[in-house]
Amino acid sequence: MNIKLNKEQTRFGSFGGIYMPESLMAPIKELATYFQKLKLDEDFISEFRDLLKNYAGRSTPLTEVKRFRKEFSGPRLFLKREDLLHTGAHKINNALGQCLLAKKMKKNRIIAETGAGQHGVATATACAHLDLECVIYMGEKDIERQLPNVEKIKLLGAKIVAVNAGSKTLKDAVNAALRDYASNFETTHYCLGSALGPYPYPQMVEYFQSVIGEETQEQCHKEFGKDPDLIIACVGGGSNAIGIFSQFINNEKVRLVGVEAGGMSSKPGEHAARFTGGSPGVLHGCYSYLLQNEDGQVMNTHSISAGLDYPMVGPHHSALYENKRVEYDSITDAEALMAFKSLSKTEGIIPALESSHAIGFYIREAGNLDANSVVVINLSGRGDKDLPKLLSEGLV
Amino acid sequence: MNLLKQVFSGRKAFIAYITAGHRSIEYTEQAACALVEGGVDILEIGIPFSDPIADGPIIQDAMNEALEASVSIQSVLNAVRNIKKQTQVPIVLFTYYNPLIAIGLNEVLSDIAEAGVDGILVVDLPIEESKIYFKQCQLNKLEPICLLSPSTDENRIRDINKHCNSFLYYVCRNGTTGIKDALPSNYMEKIETINSLSDNPVVSGFGIGNRSLAAQALQHADGFVVGSAFVNAISNGASPSDLKNLATEIDPR
Repeated sequence: MNIKLNKEQTRFGSFGGIYMPESLMAPIKELATYFQKLKLDEDFISEFRDLLKNYAGRSTPLTEVKRFRKEFSGPRLFLKREDLLHTGAHKINNALGQCLLAKKMKKNRIIAETGAGQHGVATATACAHLDLECVIYMGEKDIERQLPNVEKIKLLGAKIVAVNAGSKTLKDAVNAALRDYASNFETTHYCLGSALGPYPYPQMVEYFQSVIGEETQEQCHKEFGKDPDLIIACVGGGSNAIGIFSQFINNEKVRLVGVEAGGMSSKPGEHAARFTGGSPGVLHGCYSYLLQNEDGQVMNTHSISAGLDYPMVGPHHSALYENKRVEYDSITDAEALMAFKSLSKTEGIIPALESSHAIGFYIREAGNLDANSVVVINLSGRGDKDLPKLLSEGLV
Repeated sequence: MNLLKQVFSGRKAFIAYITAGHRSIEYTEQAACALVEGGVDILEIGIPFSDPIADGPIIQDAMNEALEASVSIQSVLNAVRNIKKQTQVPIVLFTYYNPLIAIGLNEVLSDIAEAGVDGILVVDLPIEESKIYFKQCQLNKLEPICLLSPSTDENRIRDINKHCNSFLYYVCRNGTTGIKDALPSNYMEKIETINSLSDNPVVSGFGIGNRSLAAQALQHADGFVVGSAFVNAISNGASPSDLKNLATEIDPR
């Protein structure tokens, strides 16, 4: 396997690339070769589409939320209901795609990192369905705050490995998974959960998530005859956002907004807003906006939402930020929590705390938006997973 | 001939790795000099990084300890200057890429060279991303040290070798740094392949922590690297003279 990689292929503008130890270059190239081949393979595509439809439950509805928008006197608002997918979040799209790809590569062991546990649950689910061995790396701190998902992952037959190094959260789980991958890549596929990491991961995760944008466009055209005027999505690594944005990037009339975690404050260590507090750097194989100190050490982050609590944003988002095609903003823990409660009360939909950041942006900006415009929010996941922690802290 | 390559003329080399700032930066200086007294020919000094994906838990813990004490590249370079005042031993910096680009590649490589460093190994920078880096190394007269792994195929070994003018570092097992019981079964075959494709000396490391493994490694390689065993000893409170004794004990030559 000696494919040559050119820079245009591995990057989005100046972002992305492959910053990996030599021992991982062979598996990365093998993966890239399979991905480039299979994404054009009709049998693979139809098998993937079949899993999305008959196992994950696609397509997901586009729900208009009239009571909610009246509460804030904003324009028409539709929610893309990824929360209604099997396992309760968009993560299953990518997990099914990568696990199917792993099977084609004859790798029967899957490893994955997880923060909130959603990607862990999705991967364990895909592995159960596709008969693959599954090991999930999770930071000790995240295991404590996401117990329901931990139990689910075990029930699904996967093994959980607690990571007690560093900050004991998502980035340390990625470190541990990469080390496992380096030792075991001959039998193992690393199923990375967001549009991050070395090439081909950002491209591959975007490819598997782009179904969100494709469906949204079709549904918008059916519902109101055109593309929406504004699309809002939360951005951790950025897979749900790039999944819905990708279909609309070429239509400059569609305003695209990515919402990062503003956390408790804009002080270093108290948020995960990479575009306000960060600068380009290299972490986990990828060159992109990163929260780091002046010595290039990665900083700790904070968000009420574990899924947004990560120091780096995906490289495609960095390119879209620099070329100004997408606006990036942030919403604080308190604003997200308010949005979480409002949508639950007015519409009977409990959003994930991640997605609540996108809703929070709509609430904050409702008065400034053109009253005749149409807005779509990617409701990337459901909030049941967040309830135990919110209840125990007296926040709901 | 550069200082690094000279080491290999007529003998096999012993390379020791320690993490800068592990215990304290002053200790690093003492430890480095003690290792040289114990027979080490090349010192490999690690710059601490918050997310060392190529290292195992022993070195990660050492790096965290150094970072808690705010050890930066500049403090590591001061230590290098002090070590070079006491010994002429060639020094290789082992680092991850991000601390370098946070300062700026051009500026930092010139600072590193000026401090007296002979070679540099950026563990997460494969040749695909190294074009500017190789150029800057050349401008600053720093020898880039490249890694080879069991999964590096022949074409790639040739490509990597083109950028090498000191020695090749064969990471003899998949996975991360640490201490292991035996050399992998394909070890000899792989070293022979590398030797057939390169005129540069080849050293091997990752998992070598005792005399018998070092002796086995040296049957085929031109040098051996010991890292985690020293770092582990430092974590367990070894004094500089303990390190010197450990080096003598491991050295099979």
